[in-house]
Amino acid sequence: MADIIVGVLLVVGSSLMFVAALGILRMPDLFTRMQATTKAATLGVGLLLAAAAVEFGNLAVTTRVIAAAVFIAMTAPVAAHLLGRAAYFLGVPLWEGSVRDELRGRYNERAHALASLEEELGEERLAPGRATRRGIVSDDFAEKPNAGDSAAAPEGTP
Amino acid sequence: MTGLLAGNPAEIFAVAALCAGVAMAGYRLVRGPSLPDRVVALDLLTIQGLGLLTVYAIAAGRSAYLDVGIVLTLVTFLATTAFAYYIEKGSHPEERRDG
Repeated sequence: MADIIVGVLLVVGSSLMFVAALGILRMPDLFTRMQATTKAATLGVGLLLAAAAVEFGNLAVTTRVIAAAVFIAMTAPVAAHLLGRAAYFLGVPLWEGSVRDELRGRYNERAHALASLEEELGEERLAPGRATRRGIVSDDFAEKPNAGDSAAAPEGTP
Repeated sequence: MTGLLAGNPAEIFAVAALCAGVAMAGYRLVRGPSLPDRVVALDLLTIQGLGLLTVYAIAAGRSAYLDVGIVLTLVTFLATTAFAYYIEKGSHPEERRDG
């Protein structure tokens, strides 16, 4: 019975890892690749570790397996968030079929503040900006409409 | 100690799927158009390695390989965080000047 459970967990877990790798190979841009790898790989490696716990069936191995699974489940989203944030500021292009970029025009890249937050803090904290119906939009966005353009713009001042 | 190919079909399937995943992640690591693509591929490559270690621990009956996997996850989290930190710092020359 335990062999059957181990076999099923191994097959399902390794299939999820395969799907994650297929996603990183075939998805069109960085952010869709990240959402394929993070979730599928986390669940897949969790199932593989669960197979190990069932196979060995003693307390020491089960404790280590739970520790590893919890650690992966805690760190994988954090790492993916940091990397996605860095990639967005670096100007990695979105897929041309993307329908929405919520941050474009609403994020002050110098102050690292959202337009809604700047509205709460008041205008004196801001670089010269203008008030719109959606809040205060800094003038930085007028000259640099998205992250890709700002990364591609030449740096004039030393 | 039993070899991998003498194991049951589930273990063979798992090793084959994980090896195919390593190959695909390696392709993205080499070809990835931007640096964050390569970092994501490296992250996935390490997690696939952890999966291979786990399957090998089951096939060989040695639980010590799981400890190697735990250390591997620690190292890969630190590596990804460090890469993200320096990618973000490097993307803003005017901020780097301010400190």
